[in-house]
Amino acid sequence: MKILVCVKQVPDTSGKVAVNPDGTLNRASMQTIINPDDMNAVEAALKLKDETGCKVVAVTMGPPPAESMLRELMAMGCDESYLISGREFGGSDTFATSQIIAAGLDTIGIEDDDLVFCGRQAIDGDTAQVGPQIAEKLHLPQITYAADIHKDGNTLTVKRVLEDGYMIIKEQTPCMVTCIKELNTPRYMSVSGVFETYAKPMTVLDYNALKDNPLIDKTTIGLNGSPTNILTSFTPPQKEPGQMLEGNDMKTCEKLAGILVEKHII
Amino acid sequence: MRTKVELANPNFDSSKIGEFKNVWVFCEQREGKMMPTSFELISEGRKLANELGVKLCGLLLGDNIEGIARELGGYGADEVIVCDHPLLKTYTTDAYAKVICDAISELKPEAFLIAATNIGRDLGPRCAARLHTGLCADCTHLDIDMPNYKDFLRGASTLPEDRIEKLGTIMLKDNETGKMVAHDVSKGLKMTRPAFGGNLMASIVCPRFRPAMATVRPGVMKKNPYDEAKAAAVTLTKYNVKLTADDVQTQVVEVVKAAKKLVDLVGADYIVSVGRGISKDVAGGIKLAEELADVLGGVVGGSRVAIDSGWLTADHQVGQTGKTVHPKVYIALGISGSIQHKAGMSESECIIAVNKNDTAPIFEIADYGICGDLFKVTPMLIEAFKAAKANK
Repeated sequence: MKILVCVKQVPDTSGKVAVNPDGTLNRASMQTIINPDDMNAVEAALKLKDETGCKVVAVTMGPPPAESMLRELMAMGCDESYLISGREFGGSDTFATSQIIAAGLDTIGIEDDDLVFCGRQAIDGDTAQVGPQIAEKLHLPQITYAADIHKDGNTLTVKRVLEDGYMIIKEQTPCMVTCIKELNTPRYMSVSGVFETYAKPMTVLDYNALKDNPLIDKTTIGLNGSPTNILTSFTPPQKEPGQMLEGNDMKTCEKLAGILVEKHII
Repeated sequence: MRTKVELANPNFDSSKIGEFKNVWVFCEQREGKMMPTSFELISEGRKLANELGVKLCGLLLGDNIEGIARELGGYGADEVIVCDHPLLKTYTTDAYAKVICDAISELKPEAFLIAATNIGRDLGPRCAARLHTGLCADCTHLDIDMPNYKDFLRGASTLPEDRIEKLGTIMLKDNETGKMVAHDVSKGLKMTRPAFGGNLMASIVCPRFRPAMATVRPGVMKKNPYDEAKAAAVTLTKYNVKLTADDVQTQVVEVVKAAKKLVDLVGADYIVSVGRGISKDVAGGIKLAEELADVLGGVVGGSRVAIDSGWLTADHQVGQTGKTVHPKVYIALGISGSIQHKAGMSESECIIAVNKNDTAPIFEIADYGICGDLFKVTPMLIEAFKAAKANK
């Protein structure tokens, strides 16, 4: 049994976000981090490894610098990792991205007792689409928004969160699960992990490594294989500055209440 | 178990875009009750269908749900396609994706909207992948007509006029010839959504495949007024659901409703939210917010910090990762105003901010700001609002 965890390196949007004059994101000026929900997916996989002794494999698609992220994940306890990287994959939307990652997972091989874990969504795009689309393309059942995962033999029992409660779902392996932050608190890298990480195998899957997979085709990958295209991107205008009220005493509060009543707001 | 699901129409080809017609809305119900966001999507779908000059159809899946179909007509649906089957009683990805993809492969709508709920965001990508078409996630604005879209950009973006005026086609390399080809998007669905935590907006198109699919953020689209006569006139069509127990691998053991009544942020007219500023006395800060909300007849919300720190439950969260709200009045107590928070509340009609730090970004979008300690200012606001309301 092994768990394939799909992870993404993302710009840290919680800090300062720089936008170029043409409305695109200035990625060069931003820090990169491991996507937060993906860390929960990694932790969920490592927990199952602690329980069952299974293998955990980290998989990412991205430019070569994403290698540093994979080394960090192996220092946390992942056993091996794959970097899917190639010029041909650039410009992919969620459909094409999931097509390529699915081909990568298929190349690594998915056995009957394997699992695929993903984060719920990445903070750069917030789409939450790649996980389910990988599952569809590999014909795997899916469970999204997992807040609790138990494994008993080949049966997975998952608490799937809804806006107004939750569902308890049972699914047989192999299947794909997307993880949310309520699931766990990710562990830190261990000192021994940091020493071991460079001895662990990391494989690069480029276009040549994947091109013979039936999922890979010029009509399904990259910019041309992407059904969606960006018509335009833009920044919203700044709102006109409001009124800073003078002082912060009872008079100020009464003045504000007066304005709101006068304008029929309250 | 890995099983490939085939479409009911084996000749379905999403790239033959001329074969597709009409706008569809997935009308989500839970336990036989329509989700309110279905009415928002039907209302928005009506606008799109009018601009295209086509029919608007609601797609309703469930067990014994024909009784709630007609109401969708009252908000603008011409037709409701009812997919009634015992295996559709509770949502499973397997069963719902199969029925929806079957129906789309046979009836071929040109646009398909799904609410971006936890269920919609599970279902949408699965269906789009199976149908080989484009899906834009969590949209906050939709257009068909180019002039309307350009007007929208003039108000909602900082793009210069010459760039807005030029929009109309998109250049893509043809997979056969390798040459660049212009695709006309003037009558296609234009799907606008926030990206990078709300720092950027992007308009997405799906020029080469149909249906163009979008998940739409709940609470954003305005509901049409309900029209009794239209509800009575709506056409109900039964879809022949082909589903067997073998199609559903997922076993739903139980569905549990949250014990506590969840706060209805999206429907609230008055919201008082708390953030990091209450950290020195969390219970006291929340109590003040509740009192102020009570005076206004509103509810309490919170920033990501308030939720991540466990001060309030997740249903209270306003922002990019929480709810998008547009109340009459939004009062931010001790919230600095990160971009991710502003993404969820900047459309409020009137924003009032109380913060100790006069350079807090929340003051950039506040209509009225008070620089001061929320623990001192809020009790005075409560008193002043009480008095003002009593004297009205």
